[in-house]
Amino acid sequence: MKLVIAIIKPFKLEEVKEALAQVGVEGMTVTEVKGFGRQKGHTEIYRGSEYTVDFLPKVKIEVVVPSEIVGQVVETVVKFAKTGKIGDGKVFIVPVEDAVRIRTAERGKSAL
Amino acid sequence: MKSALLKTGRLVVLAWVAWFSILAASGQSSVPAALTPTTEQRLAALEAYVNNGDPSAALKDAQGNVPVGLTVAGVGVAGPGHNGWMMTSAALVLFMTLPGLALFYGGLVRTKNVLSVLAQCLGIAGLVSILWWAFGYSLVFGKNFGSGFLGGSEFFFLKGVNSAPNTDYAYWVSHNVFSMYQMMFAIITPALIIGAIAERMKFSTLILFVTAWMFLVYFPLAHMVWGVNGFMNGVWNAGATIKAIDFAGGTVVHMSSGWSALILCLILGPRVGFGKTPMPPHSMVLCMVGTGMLWVGWYGFNAGSAVAADGIAANAFTTTTLATAVASFTWALLEKISRGKASVLGFCSGAVAGLVVVTPACGFISSTSAVLVGLLAGAVPFFACTRMKAMFKYDDALDTFGVHAVGGTLGAFITGLLANLDTNGNLSLNLKDIVGHTLWLEQLKAIAFTIVLAILATTGIALLLKAVLGLRPELEEEMQGLDLTDHGEEGYIFEQKS
Repeated sequence: MKLVIAIIKPFKLEEVKEALAQVGVEGMTVTEVKGFGRQKGHTEIYRGSEYTVDFLPKVKIEVVVPSEIVGQVVETVVKFAKTGKIGDGKVFIVPVEDAVRIRTAERGKSAL
Repeated sequence: MKSALLKTGRLVVLAWVAWFSILAASGQSSVPAALTPTTEQRLAALEAYVNNGDPSAALKDAQGNVPVGLTVAGVGVAGPGHNGWMMTSAALVLFMTLPGLALFYGGLVRTKNVLSVLAQCLGIAGLVSILWWAFGYSLVFGKNFGSGFLGGSEFFFLKGVNSAPNTDYAYWVSHNVFSMYQMMFAIITPALIIGAIAERMKFSTLILFVTAWMFLVYFPLAHMVWGVNGFMNGVWNAGATIKAIDFAGGTVVHMSSGWSALILCLILGPRVGFGKTPMPPHSMVLCMVGTGMLWVGWYGFNAGSAVAADGIAANAFTTTTLATAVASFTWALLEKISRGKASVLGFCSGAVAGLVVVTPACGFISSTSAVLVGLLAGAVPFFACTRMKAMFKYDDALDTFGVHAVGGTLGAFITGLLANLDTNGNLSLNLKDIVGHTLWLEQLKAIAFTIVLAILATTGIALLLKAVLGLRPELEEEMQGLDLTDHGEEGYIFEQKS
């Protein structure tokens, strides 16, 4: 099992969610986050005062998938979250030791 | 026996009759029969209503006295049209503070201090109303002190201030309506100061500051400029030492609050983290809503200052609109040119600056002059807020000084250059030789006097309060925000969806 963490532009969330469902992802956790990479922030000016806003809003998708389809999942995220402009985000892949479904206490792949 | 009794009875009756006829005769001599005005006199009174003149003028005899018992409709009674407009104007001016200014300023502070600004506006509205009722109105518009600097004591606790007009100020507006109208000015003036000291002054000390400031700055200054025997009332007081003019409050309202705001903000010191931590407005939406209310309410402030629904009011309405629209557009245009984007705060700041600058001038200048006023109002305070403040690094949090002191001073000065006799006939009463010539010099004197008064009084009050009670909350309280520490509530509580 792998945990795929994708940080993407907020307006791409719907497309990515639908595409992931197509490749067999049945659930995901989504968080609104702020951060910056190479894109950096923007400047706001209020009368004489200038403020640099470093952190830009992004959406973080967390999804745990069987190792067999992780390549396909990452490919899908990259394909559908891409705009080609700076600030499209990142994907991280992390190994997962185990998973438990709380309702039934199932473990491993069947808990996903 | 019987005839003797009858005789005595007759005598008694006669005595009574005689007594009563004497009484009746003496009564008649002390209250003469009501005189009937002629049709011409009644017509003249109605014409006085239309022309906002004195209804009793046509009743006067050769010596200028109204014969006892002769009266006509309009004497001692308010005129419905003028009175109606002044009640509307009073409500509009209150609307400028509650909630106009409260939202304009409230939107510009950070989330944690929004309620402190609203509380300051509400607190000042209540406090000043009480002061006005007890002493303020009398100190400004009374005259039994016989002084050009302070009014009198005859109207303390609004004694005798009823629905009959006070003909010192208006022939057709109820005295109580006039008093309430002027009270709304007394409320908004100290409320303007809070823009400079936002987010960092203790509420209790602010209330004490405003109390002292009203007695030392506002009440005397308003009497000097608008009191019938005022020291600087050039339009109405033939004996004024400084023959300056101020239609709706350039010196009284905007300069006094703006210059005092600068001094108070310097004595108070900058907000914690000023210049290091970002302090952007928490809601430009509220700020814009407040600006719109200020603009609308300002028609009561400016056009209402004619104290009649007459041609002077109509002119003030027009010049106010033009100057404000031009200033708003100019400010935003300067932003677009100087840094690429026209902002909502730019449009709002320009609109308020336009309203401020045209305030002393609106009833004295032509519509063409108003456009010029708008251009200057968009440019000069823009420079003050964006460049001058950065140069000197004082923390005038919401630009009370940049907009109201700079704009008010500019307005007071250019009123001296642009006022003309054709627009406002009242200028011909005492000023026809200086309007268009040396009026600007009188305006400069009034400006200097106002600045000195505001600076000296504010320095004194602020230093005293600082020594005795302290002006600022504890560091931790300021960091947490004044909403919680001073008022025990929060502006925004968003519940989590379950």
